[in-house]
Amino acid sequence: MKKSKLLMIVGSLLLLGLFVFPLWNITLEAPQYPIPLGMDIHINKFEDTHEFDIKNINLMNHYVGMQYIPETIPEFKIFPWAVGIMVFLGVVIGLKGNYKLFLAWFIVMSMLGIAGMYDFYLWEYDYGHNLNPKAIMKFTNPDGSIMGFQPPLFGSKDILNFKAHSYPRAGAYFMFIGMLLTVVAFFVGKKESKV
Amino acid sequence: MKTIFKSLLAITVVSLVLSSCGNGSSSKKGALSSSVAEKVYVAPGEHDEFYAFVSGGFSGQLAVYGLPSGRLFKVIPVFSVDAEKAYGFNEETKPMLNTSHGFIPWDDSHHPDISQTNGELDGRYVFINGNNTPRIAKIDLTTFETTEIIEIPNSAGNHSSSFVTENTEYVVAGTRFSIPFPQRDMPIDEYKGNFKGALTFISVDPKDGAMDIKFQIMMPGFNYDLSHPGRGKSHGWFFFTTYNTEEANSLLEVNASQNDKDFIAAINWKKIEEYVNNGGGKKVPSRYAHNVYSDETHSATSTIKKEVLIVNPSDVPGAVYFLPTPKSPHGCDVDPTGEYIVGNGKLSADLTIHSFSKMIKAIEDKKFTGEAYGIPILDFDAVHAGTVKQSGLGPLHTEFDGKGNAYTTFFISSEVVKWKIGTWEVIDRKPTYYSVGHLMIPGGNSRKPYGKYVLAMNKITKDRYLPTGPEVTQSAQLYDITGDKMELLLDFPTIGEPHYAAGIPADIVAKNSKKIYKLEESKHEFVTKSEADSKVVRDGNEVHIYMTMIRSHFAPDNIEGIQVGDKVYFHVTNLEQDYDVPHGISMIGAQTSELLIMPGQTETFVWYPKQVGVWPFYCTDFCSALHQEMQGYVRVSPKGSKVPIKFTLDGDAVDAE
Repeated sequence: MKKSKLLMIVGSLLLLGLFVFPLWNITLEAPQYPIPLGMDIHINKFEDTHEFDIKNINLMNHYVGMQYIPETIPEFKIFPWAVGIMVFLGVVIGLKGNYKLFLAWFIVMSMLGIAGMYDFYLWEYDYGHNLNPKAIMKFTNPDGSIMGFQPPLFGSKDILNFKAHSYPRAGAYFMFIGMLLTVVAFFVGKKESKV
Repeated sequence: MKTIFKSLLAITVVSLVLSSCGNGSSSKKGALSSSVAEKVYVAPGEHDEFYAFVSGGFSGQLAVYGLPSGRLFKVIPVFSVDAEKAYGFNEETKPMLNTSHGFIPWDDSHHPDISQTNGELDGRYVFINGNNTPRIAKIDLTTFETTEIIEIPNSAGNHSSSFVTENTEYVVAGTRFSIPFPQRDMPIDEYKGNFKGALTFISVDPKDGAMDIKFQIMMPGFNYDLSHPGRGKSHGWFFFTTYNTEEANSLLEVNASQNDKDFIAAINWKKIEEYVNNGGGKKVPSRYAHNVYSDETHSATSTIKKEVLIVNPSDVPGAVYFLPTPKSPHGCDVDPTGEYIVGNGKLSADLTIHSFSKMIKAIEDKKFTGEAYGIPILDFDAVHAGTVKQSGLGPLHTEFDGKGNAYTTFFISSEVVKWKIGTWEVIDRKPTYYSVGHLMIPGGNSRKPYGKYVLAMNKITKDRYLPTGPEVTQSAQLYDITGDKMELLLDFPTIGEPHYAAGIPADIVAKNSKKIYKLEESKHEFVTKSEADSKVVRDGNEVHIYMTMIRSHFAPDNIEGIQVGDKVYFHVTNLEQDYDVPHGISMIGAQTSELLIMPGQTETFVWYPKQVGVWPFYCTDFCSALHQEMQGYVRVSPKGSKVPIKFTLDGDAVDAE
């Protein structure tokens, strides 16, 4: 088998890691939590880093009127299908061996990824800004606007007494490496076709 | 800094003056060159190296300290009601203090001992004896709570307890006072021959730690003072010191001090176990309570048991012998190899040490000098290994460092004396402040002592601390024993009487510590697992309130329809599932204590409303930023009132069904 085909197939199969490992993690550090509270985001569920972390995050957040993290969200129905279909398409394209389609696959996958991140951002924004008006504690920014508690999309951020960290986890790395391989497959395929 | 230096200097000077035969070499490398304070200093955020479980003596409790810092972490109520934790006050733990004499909310807790596997500390349980109304308790070291108490029948003054065998096969409970057996109305001056001393062997289930009285050995009517298990080569034997072998019944101070030698009773428990397993012994009617606390139901049950298996020692030849030991021996301590049995004659200036292998030889050679109630008395010279001569005044207890040295406390001369096993020579002595009883080396009652520190427990402190009226604190003192000479590092006050202690490396215990109780696993009869399930139910003149608590509110929080003369049960569940977030609750006029409820736990108290009105309850444990808001009201109407039961839940009124 051609090297490019192999790379394309392996690359798209690596996405399957998303079914095993978490995609993303949000961790909240505070002085009262020497073991920080954490939540792993999988493509089909939220998971406690330590047992009851999500319950305790909800409990902490109710002081400022944030919503409870739901048991499930509609995306959890869509994501596994999207990833599954992309893996299937990737393998089919890889077997077929048209290197141009490799790039097309990568672009589609990237767009899906961006859409996913945008969805994540919207969800975080709503979660951090759509506060219960009867909240026990109300905080305003120095400019007088209502303070939001949106966790960062990527990176670390101070929110009151918490330091929030938002970083990719193993599932995401599988996806990134897989996608990278499909780009490599494209260039290798291009080179192979010129020979 | 200057003050610290000064006080260190002062300590050095004092110890120089007070150490009776100090040659000064210890102080040369002592406080000035190496900082004593540094040796006990545990920096903020760091942990102690050892747990020390120090009995509270007459407080009936067990205190948990850190060593080397001497910081107090927790006071575990065992045989005493404790308002702080509602132990003995809430409906769940009241059965723990039940006995054949009814509810006994106090005892005299003396000798803690940690469970062992293969002769080494395993850190699962601490056992401790109640001296006054004989009981043995088990404290679970995952929760640091008392989870089992068994009463000891046919026994009184349960003093030579609670020591465990090498694999925690048995915990022993030896009676200090002999009493009529069976107990009856009889003249006290007919003591001799009619009173008996029960030595009780309580089996411990290796799987779940469940205790059960396997057998009682009904010994002659002496006083059984202290005991220690054999280990290594002497595993299978247990040794008990006796006094009053005179069997006197009045003015024992004089009348029980007439014999030059009393005995150490050597019990081959394996032989008796075998005898019992083969159907030996006699089942005798007795009444005693067996109380068990369950972490699943968060509740204790008390069962009265009706019979116990009695073994007459003369029925099991070769199982019990007496080792003559001068003079009213108190402590009875076995060295880590199991070879030497140290008997400290508290009226003697010498320590008497017996050899286990010589004892076995003497038994084989039948070197007996007589018998008492059918029990052979071994020839003193045939079992005697050596004597530590002129070691001090009033030797009480000995522990071992695992490096061939022993340390003995001297009550009258207030000192700890270090001596060498085998040569029996005194190596060092250090004063204690004052009147030291027991001492403890972590792992002291095991094959593997952690010979880094010795903790001396003192009965009197006089000028050592700020005065607090006629009652001043008792104390413990920590010595570094890593060098040839002991070095006093620290003294710290203790609760009650620090009678004896057991110590264990922290890493064996800390990793097993429970953080929360899982709500979903609760099998408490009155658990309320969510706010939506909370309710108030009337049943005749009993009202049951199923209440939940979470930061920072109760559900329900306003309750109406209660009447004067009702019996109101508050069944309160802490819905938290987060480490270190207990909540408390207390009701005005409740004739009990507050409840202090751990995450996921349910506890109950009873309230008898006596006055019409609207009465508040509130959270008693500062739990969150809005702790002060965590409160509610109960409306109490006159008896027979038409006000229906109703309550508010999440701000909405709910009518009870």
